[in-house]
Amino acid sequence: MKSLILSLAIAATAFSVASADPIADRKAIMKERGGLVGQLAPMVKGEQPFDAAKVAEVFTALEANAAKFDIPALFPENSKEGDTTASPKIWEDMAGFKAAADKFSADVAAASAAKPQDLDALKASFGTVAGNCASCHEAFRVKKG
Amino acid sequence: MAGTVRKLAAGAVLLAAAGGAAFWFLTAPDRIPEADIAALGAGDVARGERMFYAGGCTSCHTAPKADPAAPVQLTGGLELKTPFGNFVVPNISQHPTDGIGAWSLSDFANAMQRGVSPDGRHYYPAFPYASYARMKLADVADLYAYLKTQPAVAGRAPDHQLGFPFNIRRGLGLWKLLHLSPEPVLALAGASEQAKAGQYLVEGPGHCGECHSPRDLSGGIKKSEWLAGAVAAEGDGVVPNITPESSSIGQWSQSDIAEFLKSGFTPDFDSAGGAMAAVVKNTGRLSDDDRAAIAAYLKAVPGRPNGFPAKK
Repeated sequence: MKSLILSLAIAATAFSVASADPIADRKAIMKERGGLVGQLAPMVKGEQPFDAAKVAEVFTALEANAAKFDIPALFPENSKEGDTTASPKIWEDMAGFKAAADKFSADVAAASAAKPQDLDALKASFGTVAGNCASCHEAFRVKKG
Repeated sequence: MAGTVRKLAAGAVLLAAAGGAAFWFLTAPDRIPEADIAALGAGDVARGERMFYAGGCTSCHTAPKADPAAPVQLTGGLELKTPFGNFVVPNISQHPTDGIGAWSLSDFANAMQRGVSPDGRHYYPAFPYASYARMKLADVADLYAYLKTQPAVAGRAPDHQLGFPFNIRRGLGLWKLLHLSPEPVLALAGASEQAKAGQYLVEGPGHCGECHSPRDLSGGIKKSEWLAGAVAAEGDGVVPNITPESSSIGQWSQSDIAEFLKSGFTPDFDSAGGAMAAVVKNTGRLSDDDRAAIAAYLKAVPGRPNGFPAKK
């Protein structure tokens, strides 16, 4: 029984790191994340009318997106080089990177739970969530030409 | 024979002395005429605040890891690791000894525009006075007035750590002869008034070209590749090309650029990273008009191929 659990655990670990192309996978998640933020921005800027149902839908999608951000699988040691703008600081400060990702997840969950019912409430939630983009990119992303 | 050697030695000493005198003369710190300073009125705090955020002073002069929600404290301490050595950003708070609280307007203006300290030493151009030299003196006076409203915070940053010959400050006089000028970088004949207003903000207080342009061997900006992007002089990676030939910004509209400078979001909702994140915290405090002007200028500059090598 013990060995079965152990092998299941190993299988689970193996599954977690078995991403054929982690750079492409993490870029796809970030692209989707940007797209979702982009669906809310026109409302925040007043270019589109406030729509509570749409807001709830986007925050739910952002929660699902955040949940997909499996750092061990997406940022293995062998994915530092290549077509990536990931900063070496991710691997130098993995704990800090994970904390930043956890903060994003927590802020998204809180925004989703708050169910903003008017534009001011949306602006507050959106501001908190979007602040993560700048702070995390400031520390952990670098352009490479 | 001994006489010849003695003559040669004497000649060499004379030459060295002449060279030394020429070096000393050429590298003498140059100050703004006191009459120009005296002609300025008292600076305006509100206009100075605009200059403070156009210049993005906080990006370098707040303490690293300062709480972004806390009031600004201009204590310095950030280390800039460059090929010339490590520069440590100084305290520019109003503290009378650790900061610049005891400086006169003349001291401040000479630091900003001539790169000269109150005690007559050259500053290193990691402090972007080569850009600030293009500012209007009145704007410098406004900025001085605004900085006077900032708190005094104790704490001196450690000295720069530089190797020879970069640790010889006097040599910077030669660098200034090559690279310090109040003239605009671009002529921009026929540009709109808006683009010209943006030119002033970008080439002067905004000092965008300091990171976004490649440098030559002497550490001066290559004006033929103005804003073409560059290998980062500090930290990792590259700084993007922001001319119309850029594969990214080149495709953006004027309002896309203005929006990026406000919120940090690109048209496809990527967000500013690296050192630009701190810059956007400053440009986000400017007016919509100022951001639109900067964007108009960036649409008006000549397109350039990337000033950094393609990715391997």
